Amino acid sequence: MTDAREAIAQAHRKEWARVVASLARRFGDLDIAEEAAAEAFATAVERWPAGGVPPNPGAWLTTTANHKALDRLRREAKREGKHKEAQMLYDDVPAPPGTIDDDRLRLIFTCCHPALGMEARVALTLRMLGGLTVAEIARAFLAQESAIGRRITRAKAKIAAARIPYRVPTAEDLPVRVDGVLTVLFLVFNEGYLATGPGTDPLRPRLTDESIRLTRLLHALMPSDGEVAGLLALMLLIEARRTARVSADGELIPLDQQDRQVWNTTLIAEGHKLVRARLASGEAPGRYQILAAINAVHTSARDERDTDWSQVVALYDQLVLRDSSPIVALNRAVAIAELDGPDVALATVRRLEGSLAGYRAFHATRAELLRRLGRKEESRDAYGEAIRLPGNDAETAHLTRRREQLK
Amino acid sequence: MQYLVSVVNDNTDFATGSEQAAIDLFNDQLIADGNWVFAAGLAAPESSTVVDNRREGPVFTDGPFVETKEFIVGFWIMEAPDLDAALKLAAEGSKACNRKVEVRPVLQP
Repeated sequence: MTDAREAIAQAHRKEWARVVASLARRFGDLDIAEEAAAEAFATAVERWPAGGVPPNPGAWLTTTANHKALDRLRREAKREGKHKEAQMLYDDVPAPPGTIDDDRLRLIFTCCHPALGMEARVALTLRMLGGLTVAEIARAFLAQESAIGRRITRAKAKIAAARIPYRVPTAEDLPVRVDGVLTVLFLVFNEGYLATGPGTDPLRPRLTDESIRLTRLLHALMPSDGEVAGLLALMLLIEARRTARVSADGELIPLDQQDRQVWNTTLIAEGHKLVRARLASGEAPGRYQILAAINAVHTSARDERDTDWSQVVALYDQLVLRDSSPIVALNRAVAIAELDGPDVALATVRRLEGSLAGYRAFHATRAELLRRLGRKEESRDAYGEAIRLPGNDAETAHLTRRREQLK
Repeated sequence: MQYLVSVVNDNTDFATGSEQAAIDLFNDQLIADGNWVFAAGLAAPESSTVVDNRREGPVFTDGPFVETKEFIVGFWIMEAPDLDAALKLAAEGSKACNRKVEVRPVLQP
């Protein structure tokens, strides 16, 4: 019984995306693919405990799902008195040599299509590729189940009506489209790693695990893409610190105060290996590769005091050239504080006020720098500003304690 | 598959000489590649008349049925195999006429 349950859970992790993707190709309809895949897994839940786990669970699920889809088409054909035609387009041309022809890759690009809204892309990707239920996605994003359901339904309808194709983009469009996919995956990861709102667990492993799993898949399918490798390394190096990031009583612990003994050395080793491979490639790094390299520097220091800050600042200088966002500038200022002192960093941070005044991390950073400069009163006020702005509970707990310490 | 590519703007200024030249060039390309179905520019929204003949006798009303800040000043109907192809053409069209465009699929018969 438990064996069957474990087998189903494992098959769900390993096979869900594959089953949905192959059905989407065969039937040209994401709705049918999703529903038939869900029915196949429900059938497995019914049958495997008593009848035993089939020798090839993936093949069993695909076959069962195919039957379910055909059943639905026959029912609909009877009702409508005509055959429902396949709506989705895909290339019949075999993939050029050296590229991997995988339906899951087509599915990723379709779900993350730029013609869909960002929220729709996120929900669709988690449902179609991650296999999360609508309820699970709603819980993760603190949204109403009905709203998430509508979002997914609407996106599927647009894909069919506007003919968003089911294929891997051409080489010419690929870099931009891959970047769009990575944005979705990183957004899911970030939401799991640091919730943006209160009233939820600060860490949501379901989202971080899922985004890492999908990025791993993308990396396996596109091993030579530097930014895919970069994002995977970045996620692994952040994930490695997860258990050290929140205290037993639910308070966020910043990097410099974390117990580095509990960092996950396996994930760190894997992340470092990816970063080294990218450095060895000699190609100019993109944004994710630079962020991964910054995290590699942090995770290389056994003690916070051993951090190579000049290296971190040099990497941020590279990043600023590619990404002129004020948030990057804020993070660079944090590194500058370690290298050139908090007064220099504070001057930089002040210049960002115009664009970041409504951003919690801006005030938290300012508060921290003022505290280090011994300007208690101003620091307390800045912590107060940070606490007033929206953020998750673990962060609020941390900021509140910091402010109390200044009394 | 056909797509309606509407040109959206907040004024009805005519295309400048260089814009018109770019539009002509783009249209020639659409025709040459088999993507052309139809295209036209539209007069100002204030020149429109709303007609409602759902009950006894038609009722004519002056002006656009809804006043908006931005409105459709022209459109293409393009033939394209899928949305990716349509978006690519629409991007070229937007550049040619130097205005925003909106792509909307035409229902298939």
